[in-house]
Order: sequence, then structure tokens, then C-alpha cells
Amino acid sequence: MDKIVVENLTLQYKDGTESLRAVTMAIPANAITVLFGPAGGGKSSLLRCFNRLNDLADVQTVSGRILLDGLNVLDPDVDVVALRRKIGMVFARPVVLPFSIRGNVTYGLELMGERDAPRLNEAVEHSLRLAALWDEVYDRLDDPAIALSGGQQQRLCLARVLALQPEVVLLDEPTSGLDPISTGKVEAALQELKKDYTIVLVPHSIQQAGRTADFAAFFLQGELVETGPGKDLFTHPRDQRTEDYVTGRFG
Amino acid sequence: MSADGRLRRYAAGGGRRILTQRLGFTLLTLTAVATVVPIILVVVYIVIQGAPAISWEFLSGVPREGMRQGGILPAIVGTFYLTLGTAVFSVPLGVAAAVYLAEYAQENAWTRLIRIAIINLAGIPSVVYGLFGLGLFVLFLHLGTSILAASLTLSIMTLPVIISASEEALRAVPQAFRTVSMSLGGTRWQTIRRIVLPQALPGILTGVILGLERAAGETAPILFTGAAFFLPRLPHSPLDATMALPYHLFVISTQVPEMPIRIQYGTALVLIAFVLGMNLIATVVRSRARARRQW
Repeated sequence: MDKIVVENLTLQYKDGTESLRAVTMAIPANAITVLFGPAGGGKSSLLRCFNRLNDLADVQTVSGRILLDGLNVLDPDVDVVALRRKIGMVFARPVVLPFSIRGNVTYGLELMGERDAPRLNEAVEHSLRLAALWDEVYDRLDDPAIALSGGQQQRLCLARVLALQPEVVLLDEPTSGLDPISTGKVEAALQELKKDYTIVLVPHSIQQAGRTADFAAFFLQGELVETGPGKDLFTHPRDQRTEDYVTGRFG
Repeated sequence: MSADGRLRRYAAGGGRRILTQRLGFTLLTLTAVATVVPIILVVVYIVIQGAPAISWEFLSGVPREGMRQGGILPAIVGTFYLTLGTAVFSVPLGVAAAVYLAEYAQENAWTRLIRIAIINLAGIPSVVYGLFGLGLFVLFLHLGTSILAASLTLSIMTLPVIISASEEALRAVPQAFRTVSMSLGGTRWQTIRRIVLPQALPGILTGVILGLERAAGETAPILFTGAAFFLPRLPHSPLDATMALPYHLFVISTQVPEMPIRIQYGTALVLIAFVLGMNLIATVVRSRARARRQW
């Protein structure tokens, strides 16, 4: 079943950087969909359209539709606060908020008005376990989050998103600053998470794309070149440009 | 040229370059010292001259014998009230304006106009504020010469300092915090209240204290709006006029014949202690926050 359907999406920023041209694709539920391709291809821009984070950027034009369970999220009347709770996002650089570890996880829930301590505590443990971080931090939840290592911080960022029980999790090169062991932990967590969530990942390398993709989409300079199941796309690409990129001839 | 030749030439020039560097550092050190020496001289001189006047009676008594005897309590209390009154008006207004400018306003002609206004507000001579306060608060709004009118006048003078410092403190909070907060379903206001303001608070407090410190030491703005020449009792309400340290110092230095010099310097010492005390608080607040900061 398709969780998100992108129809004819075109996007242009005021400063002329990265854009999207007539992108049409579907993102299936309970799978990892990988958006890959060289820098400046429009992958991050597309992610930021899903949760309307582009509202904060200088967007010149945006047209087309993005349907989340059939509802157009680009509709100006959409409640973006509710939308962003449904569609969580993990960024390339782990940005922990200036609170404790616990405070980072509960932040989103507190914004919703949740004050019940037992429920918050339960959410903290549950989300940290999902993000494969609980065992490393359970005895120091009230320490400042900034004291964690980079890899731990990124998993905390993931836990923070999961605490809101979103339906979709967007990850924008979440392991680009991490060592291989931390990267492995994040990827393993994603494999677990896809049972319950729809995951859209912009990988930081073609290898990660190959490892994680159930479905993949190749972006080149704002254009969606090719999309399909991960296995097919990486082994038998239909488009020459995809093949050149996958085999390392450019990029 | 051979590598060896280049090396030799480099070595030969080295002596002169090092000399130039030493000279440069020496000059820089001297300029740094030159900025520190005056403040030390002023403080030391005032302490030496004024310390003999400081006594419990001086700090807790009212002026007597045409201010040549007794204490300066009404002026101390007056300056305290004026500073407090200024804070009451200028801090909420200034911080709110800074939040608007830093977090909500788009960069356009309107905000540029606001910024130009703020910069110019900071450049207006303080005596002009005094006249403005006389016209608006004392006469037009019928507040009379009072703590209230003087506080309002000082508030307008203090606003630019508070707004500029607060805006700078708000802008120093990393943009990524805002993006993350909003990506977690935070509204702009929730983001400001829970993350941006708390993180900017030390910087805001520093600006507030520096602004208030200036208000506490000003004479001209309160001259026509709230300061009393001689009023040997404590003010009872915000609508009372009051004595104030800077104006009292001006009065006893220029308007009273045969004024004992030690009382003049004693008053100056109390004023400077008041202002430097606020400065010290600002410094402590800032350094503590810096040590705790998580970004």
C-alpha cells in the first residue's frame, strides 16, 4: 500500500539552488524507500516538502500534490503542526536540544501538552529502546544530551522523533557524520522500525543505499530518473544514467 | 633560485620580522593598558577621597544642615526606585521588541525603519530625553515631577540598549534548534518560549543590566522629570518626586557653597559602587551561563 504519493511536484527556491521538476512517485508503507543520487539532486528538498519544513525556507514556487493517505499535505489549510507530528524527521547533523537526554525525548510530547509523568517515562524508555540507545543511557537520563557521542546523539534524535509515534520517519543522511559502528546501529534500528513505520531515507553513500533500500528512487539535478524495488534498481537499472551512477562512473 | 638560497634569505629576513612582531605586540599591550588605567585611577581616587565619609549614618540618614551634614539615604533609595521603575517598563517592552525583530519580522522596509529608529534613539543626547519626558509625561500626561515620569523617561533612553542586546542574544541561538523544534510539531511561539528565550536569557540579562546601569547613573533625563533638589524624606508613592544619587552629586558639587569635599566623594563612591555592583552581577551572570551553555 502506498503511504505517500507524489504527483507532478515542481519546486524552485528563490536563490535558484536545488529544485524539483515534475516528480511523480509513490512511497510504500512499512518499507524503507531510499532517495539517492548526487548532491543537489533534490532529495532533501523532497523530504522537506513531506513535512512542510520548506515553509521555513525561501521557496519561490511549489506546484503539484503530495498525498499522505490521500490528503494533500501541500494544501495551505493543512495543520502543519499536526502534520509534523505524523511525519518525523532526522537531520544530517545530530542537533540535540539543550536539555537532558530525557528532556530531548519528551520535548515533542510536552509540546502537545502531555504532562503525565508515568506516560512520559514510558515513552522515553520505549523510544530509546526502538532507537537502540536505551542500554547505553538508561542510568543517566538526566545528564545533558550534549555529553553523548555523535552516534548516540543521532540515535537520540531518532528516539525523539519516535516518541511522537509518527507514521512516517524521514531521515536526511542520518549517518553522514557517524563512524561505521554507529552507522550499523542506526541501520539495524531502521530495519526493525520499518515493520511499523514508513521510512524515507536519503543515504549518505551508494553502499548504504544498496544495503537498506526496499525501494529506491534515483534523483539527478531535480529530476526523478528512475524508481523501483531496490534489488532491481541497483542490479539492473533501466536508465543509462542510473547505471553510470550506480556503477561509479560519476557522482 | 635554489631551495638553499630561499632558506637563507628567509632566515635573514626573520630577524626583522620578529622585531616587527615584538614591536606590534608591545604597542597593542600598551593600548590595552591605556584603557584600563583611567578606570582604575578614577575608582582608586574616589575610594580614597570618599571612603572616610562612609558611615552608617551617611548611608542611612537624611541630609541635614543644607546637605552639608547627615546622610544620603533618600538619594540611594530614590536611585533604587528609579532603576526598578525603569526596569518595569523597559524590560518587557525591550525584550518583546527584540523577539519581534529577531523571530517574527521579515527583513523589509518596515523593519529597516524600526532598526534605524532604534539606532537613532540610542544616539539622542540624554538632556533631550529629559525635555521630552517633561513635555510628554510630566506636563501632557499630568504625571508631575515624579518617580513614574522619570522612570518612563529613563525607560525610553534604555530601550535601544535592551533591544539591541536582546536581539543579538536571540540571534546567537543556533537556527538548528528552531528547525528541530518545529519539525517536532512545535509552533513558532512554543519554540521561542521553550528553547530560544531560555538560551538567550543570559545575553538578555547582560544587556538589561548594562542598560539599567546607564539609567541609574544619568542626571539629565531625571532633571526635569522626577529628581528633587532637596527632599529629606523617602518617597511614598510612584507619584512622589525623589532625590537621586547622580543629581544629588551634581547639586552638592556645584550648587551648595562650602560643601565638605568628603561628602561629595562619599556620594560619588556610593553611586559608583551601585553601578559597578550591577556590572559585576552582569559579568557573573554571563560567565556562569557560558560555562553551562550546551552549544
